[in-house]
Amino acid sequence: MFEATFFYSLAALVLGFGVMVITARNTVHSVLFLVANFLCVALLFLGLGAEFLAIIQVLVYAGGIVVLYLFVVMLVSLKGVPEGQGSPRRRAQLGFLMSAAVLAEISAILVYSARHPGNVPAAPAALQGGNTETVGMLLYTNYLVPFEVASMLLLVAMIGAILLAKKEI
Amino acid sequence: MVPITPSHYLVLSAALFMIGVIGVMIRRNIIVVFMSIELMLNAVNINLAAFSQQWQNAVGQVFAVFVIAVAAAEAAVGLAILLAFYRNKDTLNVDEMNSMKW
Repeated sequence: MFEATFFYSLAALVLGFGVMVITARNTVHSVLFLVANFLCVALLFLGLGAEFLAIIQVLVYAGGIVVLYLFVVMLVSLKGVPEGQGSPRRRAQLGFLMSAAVLAEISAILVYSARHPGNVPAAPAALQGGNTETVGMLLYTNYLVPFEVASMLLLVAMIGAILLAKKEI
Repeated sequence: MVPITPSHYLVLSAALFMIGVIGVMIRRNIIVVFMSIELMLNAVNINLAAFSQQWQNAVGQVFAVFVIAVAAAEAAVGLAILLAFYRNKDTLNVDEMNSMKW
C-alpha cells in the first residue's frame, strides 16, 4: 500500500514537473522545474533500491548540469527569445499527433502483455552487501574499460567546451 | 491495489520520454530543447533502474551511471556550441539556425 502511494505520487510529480518544464514561458522557471523533476526521479531511484544512482542523480544532474544551464541562461540575453514565427498551432498539433501515436503504442503493448502473461522468472536472491558496494565492484572490475572510456569522454568534452565557448583562442 | 511492477515504471518512463519529445518538437528556444533532451535521458535511466531491481542485477545501474556521464558531456558541449552560436547570431531560436541548410 505504501509502495503504491509512493510510486503514484512520485510519478504524478515527475510528469507534472516535466510538463511544466516544456510549457513554462520563462526559461529560468523551466530550469527550476527541471531541478524539481530531477529530485523526484532521484526519490524514485531510492524506491527502486538504487541508492548510489539516486545520489549521483542529485550530485551530477541537480547539482552540476542545472548550474551549467543557469549559467548559460545568465550569459545569453533572453529578452528577445521569441517563440518563433510559424504557426504554434501547427507545431502543437504535430506534438499531440506524436503523443497520440505513442499512447496507442503503449496501450497496444499493455493489451498484448495482458493477453500473454509471460512467465517472469523469480528474481534471484538479493545481492550481498550494499548497493554502492555492488555498483562500485562492477564498475571497477567487469566494466573497467567502459569506465575509463567514459572518463576520457568527459575530458574531451571539457576541452571541447572550453575551446568552443572561448572568445579568442 | 495492484502491486507496482516494472511495467508501471515502463509506462512512467515512456510518458516522460514523450514529454521530452513533445518539448523538442513544440519549443523554439534551444535551451528548453536541451532540457527536453535531459528529460528523455532521465526516462531511460528510470527504465534501467527498474529492470535492475526486477532482476536483482546491478549492471543496469552501472549503465545508468554511464548514461549520466554521457548526458553531462552532451550538456557541456551542447551549451558551449549554443554560446558560440549566440555570440555570432544573437538569437536562440532554432528556426534561425539554418546557415548550414542547403
